[in-house]
Amino acid sequence: MPKHIRRLLLLFAVLITLFIIVRQVLIPDSFGQFGHYRGLALEENKAHVARYVGTDICAECHWETMELKTADMHAEISCETCHGPGWKHIEEPEQGQLTIPEGREFCGTCHSRNPARSASLIAQVNLSDHNIETNCSECHNPHAPWN
Amino acid sequence: MELKNKKNRRDFLKNGALLTGGMLIASGMKPFSALVYATNHNEDAEHWYGMAIDIEKCIGCGNCAKACKIENDVPEEPFFFRTWVEQYTILNDGSKIITSENGGLNGASQDYTPDEIFKSFFVPKMCNHCTNSPCTQVCPVGATFESPEGVALVDSTYCIGCRYCVQACPYGCRYIHPKTKIADKCTLCYHRITNGQVPACQEVCPTNAKIFGDLNDRSSELVQFIKKHDWQILKPHMNTKPKVVYNALSGEVN
Ligand code: HEC
Ligand code: HEC
Ligand code: HEC
Ligand code: HEC
Repeated sequence: MPKHIRRLLLLFAVLITLFIIVRQVLIPDSFGQFGHYRGLALEENKAHVARYVGTDICAECHWETMELKTADMHAEISCETCHGPGWKHIEEPEQGQLTIPEGREFCGTCHSRNPARSASLIAQVNLSDHNIETNCSECHNPHAPWN
Repeated sequence: MELKNKKNRRDFLKNGALLTGGMLIASGMKPFSALVYATNHNEDAEHWYGMAIDIEKCIGCGNCAKACKIENDVPEEPFFFRTWVEQYTILNDGSKIITSENGGLNGASQDYTPDEIFKSFFVPKMCNHCTNSPCTQVCPVGATFESPEGVALVDSTYCIGCRYCVQACPYGCRYIHPKTKIADKCTLCYHRITNGQVPACQEVCPTNAKIFGDLNDRSSELVQFIKKHDWQILKPHMNTKPKVVYNALSGEVN
């Protein structure tokens, strides 16, 4: 084999080795564990802390509110739908850490009249003419609207 | 003297070649088996998660979009959403109006009177967790993928923010996070569903318009729902095979 070809082959061998070493270093350990991705990414995605804890946990302390709610038309609605995520509140209830919704617009997000809403599914009112003089919660308990 | 030198060199070359060959084989095995996995969908996996969205039940309150942002640290500024609600209004003259003010997050409003409207309804949108997902196929570095349960996820430490996947998604379900500059999308609340909870959007839905479940579990609420309803998928012609299905999806929806 001519000398220059041999040199060229040697050069190729060195370059390919380098490439393989660099590649080996760059590919993370868990890559390919389950598929063409880093297996650890699954655990990392799982590690995120849930903000919404669920109504069952609220009921442990607020069983009175829960009873009230379960007996009326808002039974199906999660506490956190109106009060926001409870992850901090259940750790430190005294800090509050929840929203106390107020105002007619709040109820309107679900109850304002809109032809896109099914009338059989959700009772709707015109915010601009249904008992405009006071707040909704003066007449309807937000936890039990007919109570 | 001269001869000895020559022998040394030959040994050196021989050893070098052996080393190279060995390394080639060793590192060759792992990544290539990964490629085989990538094209091999495991629909017989233990879980195969999906979601049904019932358009008949959606009242467009936007609590799903709001809760999703809070649950998943999606930026507050408008127009970055993992899930959002569109309001379709078809007027009597046939024109189609689609509105989604701030993703429907603060509730919806209707600009037309009932007399002008032929029909109107809400469509909650989210990642369709396709079985043939275009977004995971285009990723140049393997930073987005389908989990063994069929959930399309992003590896946030590996993503290089090239935006190919944002372009590739036919449903517009991805965005580049303005702070981290990497791709972000609905994970079907992977951290919740692997922990026995339902996704946050379903948790806060006041009318149970969203039903998460395991498509491989015939007794699950999701499979029962699919059994009893005439469901549809979005953009079937794209052949993406979504695992998010809609009940009462009108032909006007795109
Ligand atoms: C460990 C018991 C406990 C649990 C669990 C709990 N709370 Fe509370 N919560 C309290 C206590 C105690 C207070 C009263 C705090 C105060 O008066 O300052 C309170 C107050 C509140 C208030 C009024 C806050 C304010 O600022 O006035 C709301 C609303 C509330 N809780 C909602 C919830 C919801 C929703 C959940 C479920 C996610 C929940 N709570 C779970 C103990 C609990
Ligand atoms: C439909 C929305 C809605 C839901 C669902 C809801 N709340 Fe409330 N809640 C309100 C509103 C609105 C207020 C403020 C009442 C007021 O201004 O008087 C409130 C007030 C409260 C307060 C403050 C003290 C009080 O009783 O007025 C507590 C505690 C509370 N809610 C707990 C709960 C718990 C626990 C649940 C779930 C079992 C729940 N809420 C579900 C809307 C809701
Ligand atoms: C997250 C959505 C949501 C919010 C916010 C909400 N509601 Fe409701 N409400 C419902 C649903 C769902 C029902 C049960 C279905 C229905 O309307 O028949 C209901 C039922 C009612 C009913 C009984 C209607 C009937 O058919 O008899 C009244 C009254 C009512 N809500 C008042 C209120 C008031 C007042 C507020 C504000 C404090 C409020 N709601 C906030 C979703 C909501
Ligand atoms: C002055 C008391 C009062 C106030 C304030 C009030 N309501 Fe009512 N609401 C009533 C009464 C009484 C009824 C039952 C008779 C009727 O349908 O008007 C009613 C009925 C309803 C119904 C059922 C309508 C139906 O078609 O079945 C809804 C929903 C409702 N209210 C929501 C609200 C909301 C939302 C607010 C705040 C924006 C509000 N109400 C404020 C007294 C009140």
